Amino acid sequence: MLDPGILFAGVLNGLLAGGVYVLVAVGLTLIYGVLHIINFAHGSLLMLAMYAVFFLWRLSGLDPYAALPIVIAAAFAFGYLLYRLVIGRLSHGRDENILLITLGVSIVIDNVALLLFGGDTQTVETPYASSFVRLGAAFLPLPKLISFAASLLICAALGIFLAKSDTGKAIRAVARERQGARLVGIDVDNVFALSYGIGIACLGAAACLLMPTYYVTPSSGNAFVLVAFTIVVLGGMGSFAGAAIGGLIIGVVESLGGLLLGEQLGQIGISAIFILILLLRPSGLFGARQ
Amino acid sequence: MLEVAGLRAGYGTIEILRGVDLSVGAGEVVALLGSNGAGKSTLNNTVCGLYRPFGGAIRFDGGDIVGTSSMGIVAAGLIQVPEGRRVFPNLSVRENLELGSYRRGKPNRRRNLDHVVAIFPRLGERLEQSAGTLSGGEQQMLAIGRGLMGEPRLLILDEPSLGLSPLLVEEMFDMIGRLNREGLAILLVEQNVVQSLAIAHRAYVLENGRIVLSGQAADLARHPDLRKSYLGQ
Repeated sequence: MLDPGILFAGVLNGLLAGGVYVLVAVGLTLIYGVLHIINFAHGSLLMLAMYAVFFLWRLSGLDPYAALPIVIAAAFAFGYLLYRLVIGRLSHGRDENILLITLGVSIVIDNVALLLFGGDTQTVETPYASSFVRLGAAFLPLPKLISFAASLLICAALGIFLAKSDTGKAIRAVARERQGARLVGIDVDNVFALSYGIGIACLGAAACLLMPTYYVTPSSGNAFVLVAFTIVVLGGMGSFAGAAIGGLIIGVVESLGGLLLGEQLGQIGISAIFILILLLRPSGLFGARQ
Repeated sequence: MLEVAGLRAGYGTIEILRGVDLSVGAGEVVALLGSNGAGKSTLNNTVCGLYRPFGGAIRFDGGDIVGTSSMGIVAAGLIQVPEGRRVFPNLSVRENLELGSYRRGKPNRRRNLDHVVAIFPRLGERLEQSAGTLSGGEQQMLAIGRGLMGEPRLLILDEPSLGLSPLLVEEMFDMIGRLNREGLAILLVEQNVVQSLAIAHRAYVLENGRIVLSGQAADLARHPDLRKSYLGQ
């Protein structure tokens, strides 16, 4: 039987890891909600953003947390332009085409990254990397605590933006009723590009929050995308709240799985949840019931 | 105000409108009548910039609007309330109305919202409810209210009575008459011939992509061809 103190620490660590998953999953679910496609380039773009954080640190000594505004803005611009210049243009207005194009984009990005950056793992060194905060029986790594708080703050800010601003309302309107949106004068193509840009901006934020405790290689994105996809299915495709709650649940499941079954086998918990959701409640926790 | 001349339009390579002439003047209610498949919705969607016409001219306030985006046309004050309502089901009634002033009328959003609620008190009771939970009649009111939020100079109503109970249909036509008496020009696209002719000043009958009859509404109501094809008399 596990010691309750260790279990407590495991749950807390899982929640902390889940914070960043939430950001990655919110980006994925937002793009799905508006464009009705899975963004297959999600992992590759996360990896690219992580390299951006790494090179900013290496070349100019910029701390990953201090890089947040720059990387978020750059990721938004990159996503917006990628949609405007490549994805939107090649899709010819068909959602299925977008799916294939994002898959193609991800293959290109992965291989260009391998060519330019090599396959070595790269890490950022920060003075606070090995600082801990004690909470009861648990010792929590300071950078993970900061990342968790920052993730949730960014998600809350995005949630308020979507709920309150005219642009946010337009994004939600386009998600469900494109024709109606055109008839009130919403520029639907621009909303697609904005949503894609915001989804990628979430990845920019996630990259800054990950790098103090994580490493980057050209295949780093893959692990996160599988997890993020599970979260989105768990929470309900396109549901913002679902992605937030789902991210925290998956973080805890992964952490406890690792504790009970070991680091490698622990991942099985995530796959098990994925299968159970598909069997029992395919629409997810917060998804619309069919 | 709106002048359509020799308009040919359709989808892909299929021509549905084969040379349509139609006009709406300031302060007028003009009815566009026709059965299913006559081309009424194609006309609306082409006028509103959703589809590019194959040929012909569309002028609004004297300016050519062929090729203008749907955003530009809304900004000019030509606003369509579409068939099937097309409200945003996941947004609240209030948010739906607010988005009606997304492109036009934003400075007066609060005042116009009060005005719409005064016209449709039922919407006022349901402002925070999501639009998807409204009844068909309430959704129709919301769609019209959303159109009014954009301060239209010409409002196109596409089949506003479709799917409503007879009592609500009566109410809807009364309301359209009231909006017109406040000075709003309306193009009323309908299958409901008798009630449309009762409130319209002029009317057109569209068949197989062509205008086959047009004139003063009162004259058309007595026209033998119309009585025969639409009223079975």
